[in-house]
Amino acid sequence: MFENLGDRLQNAINKMKGYGKITEENISEITREIRLALLEADVNYQVVKEFINNVKEKALGEEVAKSLKPGEVFVKIVKDELVALLGGDKEDLNLKGNPAILMLVGLQGSGKTTTIGKLGLLLRKKYHKKPLLVACDVYRPAAIDQLKQLGRELSIEVYTEGKGDPVEISKNAIEYARQNGFDYVLIDTAGRLHIDEPLMQELKNIENNIHPEEILLVIDSMTGQDAIHVIEGFHSELKLTGAILTKLDGDTRGGAALSVRHLTHVPIKFIGVSEKMDGLEEFYPDRMATRILGMGDLMSMIEKAESVIDQDEAMKAAKKMESGKFDLEDFLSTFKQIKKLGPLENIIKMIPGMSKALPKDVHIDPKEIAHIEAIILSMTPKERRNPEILKASRKQRIAKGSGRSVEEVNRLLKQFDQMKIMMKQMKSGKMKMPF
Amino acid sequence: MGLFDKFKNVFKTSNKPQVELYDRGLEKTRNDFVSKLSLLNKKYKKVSNEYFEELEEILIMADIGVETVMTFIDRLKKRVKHENIVDSEDLREIIVDEMFIIYVNNEVIVNKINYSETGPTVVLFVGVNGVGKTTTIGKIAHKLVNEGKKVLMIAGDTFRAGAVEQIEEWGNRTGARVIGAENKDPASVMYDGLEIAKNESYDVVLIDTAGRLQNKVNLMNELDKINKVIGKLIPGAPHETLLVIDATTGQNGISQAKSFKEITNITGIVLTKLDGTAKGGIVLAIKESVGIPVKFVGLGERESDLQVFDIEKYIYGLFKDFVEDETC
Ligand SMILES: Nc1nc2c(ncn2[C@@H]2O[C@H](COP(=O)(O)OP(=O)(O)OP(=O)(O)O)[C@@H](O)[C@H]2O)c(=O)[nH]1
Ligand SMILES: Nc1nc2c(ncn2[C@@H]2O[C@H](COP(=O)(O)OP(=O)(O)OP(=O)(O)O)[C@@H](O)[C@H]2O)c(=O)[nH]1
Ligand SMILES: [Mg+2]
Ligand SMILES: [Mg+2]
Repeated sequence: MFENLGDRLQNAINKMKGYGKITEENISEITREIRLALLEADVNYQVVKEFINNVKEKALGEEVAKSLKPGEVFVKIVKDELVALLGGDKEDLNLKGNPAILMLVGLQGSGKTTTIGKLGLLLRKKYHKKPLLVACDVYRPAAIDQLKQLGRELSIEVYTEGKGDPVEISKNAIEYARQNGFDYVLIDTAGRLHIDEPLMQELKNIENNIHPEEILLVIDSMTGQDAIHVIEGFHSELKLTGAILTKLDGDTRGGAALSVRHLTHVPIKFIGVSEKMDGLEEFYPDRMATRILGMGDLMSMIEKAESVIDQDEAMKAAKKMESGKFDLEDFLSTFKQIKKLGPLENIIKMIPGMSKALPKDVHIDPKEIAHIEAIILSMTPKERRNPEILKASRKQRIAKGSGRSVEEVNRLLKQFDQMKIMMKQMKSGKMKMPF
Repeated sequence: MGLFDKFKNVFKTSNKPQVELYDRGLEKTRNDFVSKLSLLNKKYKKVSNEYFEELEEILIMADIGVETVMTFIDRLKKRVKHENIVDSEDLREIIVDEMFIIYVNNEVIVNKINYSETGPTVVLFVGVNGVGKTTTIGKIAHKLVNEGKKVLMIAGDTFRAGAVEQIEEWGNRTGARVIGAENKDPASVMYDGLEIAKNESYDVVLIDTAGRLQNKVNLMNELDKINKVIGKLIPGAPHETLLVIDATTGQNGISQAKSFKEITNITGIVLTKLDGTAKGGIVLAIKESVGIPVKFVGLGERESDLQVFDIEKYIYGLFKDFVEDETC
């Protein structure tokens, strides 16, 4: 299993640090990582191919070549490109009709009925208008009961005729809505395969009879490469006006979103993030891009670090780490830099892979950090530069000066030694570099 | 006799009607997938980088796990080099062969329900939302009732709107009895149902559970609790825990298999919705990396749309033209 894409990207980024110039050759590793990341996210194979080519072209351009941080800039290009593919201008629902008619379609089990309930609730809350839910799934066992129960829970009326003809039911429902002052008509349809001709024809008949303002395709975000067939299948038969990506509260990366957006230009209008009725949210392309790449909050960490950390200091420290000459003096200065980023546990959680390694309720005591700092500050500059000269008497003096115990001084020194070993490993590529 | 010959023999000797039925369900799958493979061999008479790139695309498009595909291709490339293979024609057998090996991996795979020798056999169904758990229970109930078994279904999904009514309708369709109550917690419904199953000597108990995404800690813990209740009431139960996976699922299928296996003793997979255009190739990666075999496949929404999984037929379905040209 390829794990921790964030870590792997970070690895590739770190390797790129050593390169003076970006060439096709030395970005091959990171493009490979990104390619795998996208494929593992279920992004369509062809899209991945085009995408990687585009990104390579951009990366080999001026901007990156000049950068001090080619790896980071590269990942940023990737993300920005993804956002562009996912994004475009935000398109709101067309609710102009009177009543406005919205119809949800999609494969079996994608989340249509649940989303009908959520959408009814969202529209009522947002516009203070009256929605009507319509049960046009006359096939699935208890589909009507399901919608009725959701209606009851939300106090939204549900129009049903039992197991009749969906075309007639939808027509009657609209008539009913007009006569009873409903503003929106939300039509739940049965799940169907895009290759099921009779059932696709049924949807077309409904479309031709009631001309919905919105025909929204509901897609499960866990869908794999088949997404493109499904989307094209529905899109070629119906005039889709948008898509809703469900079950994004799971751990899927949701690359199917790209198939929708990039290949068919159908805008994603909402995402489903829970089984509960309030679990419908707006779609944000940049969040989706980060998710697809599996970068966790790597991006925001890069951005934050760039804005806060003193580049010169950081470069100096990095050079020293690499040469193995990193001492407590450097440690202290790095420490101060890092502290600017905010509570340490937050920063640690931003590192891909670390959020899992740490217990959920981890709390790094700011006091402890203050103690470490106090101990280092109680050393002379000479001691800081050569920690190996610290023998018992010096340690005692430092302990006294910082108000800590000798054991604590020893612990810190031991940790520092371990850190240096880690740094050597990082340098030799055996370990990823956390910052 | 090489594996490939054995494989071909299976098709020659296996009884025709069954193969055809299975075939029909996989027809769209096959058309797309296999015609692509045949085209590939026509397009590239010689094995080349382009050949491998297109093969990779075909396999990825079937949702066979990314890592499985990458190592598969690497292995093929090595064999090509080692065995000096030049014509793509000569690679056909090897591809099918290797595919088969990924899944079978020298194991004896049993895909029958593991019946309990004493008292009711309990089968628990789990999986993420909307994959087809309840429908599969209905289909299996139909099959077992037809075999003359006394079947009880427990409506363990007390959460989703209409879930109890849905399984009740399956009860009406199949004649199996349903135990369930809304607004009760799942464990207590299980308790009621299992008591009845014991006291009234049911042969098989099929337990439905609410759909749950594998990253939801509370819901996964609930599953753990359900398992314990079942085991306490009927020692050794559940005898079978089936993870239901939708064939349209992409790479997330691996995470589903891993997470559910951590909580429950998953004994097999039901791969549903194979009647669509999705290939469900992720089950190959799941078998390879998590070790769970597929026991049944769903090929539609009716009660009869369930088949026992057979890897040979599955690969046959995927590679039919590939093999048939050879046998003709
Ligand atoms: N976690 C989560 N579950 C969801 C979401 N949307 C829908 N579900 C669940 O997915 C399952 C299927 O949802 P339904 O609304 O019944 O799907 P459908 O498309 O109407 O299904 P059919 O009518 O059978 O085609 C249910 O268990 C829902 O609770 C979501 O955004 N997050
Ligand atoms: N085409 C097709 N549809 C199927 C198959 N199996 C189930 N379905 C449909 O998929 C939808 C969801 O099935 P359910 O049985 O309700 O799924 P579930 O896993 O119980 O869903 P939740 O309880 O909401 O998590 C229904 O519309 C079923 O008719 C199959 O093999 N092929
Ligand atoms: Mg529905
Ligand atoms: Mg169910």
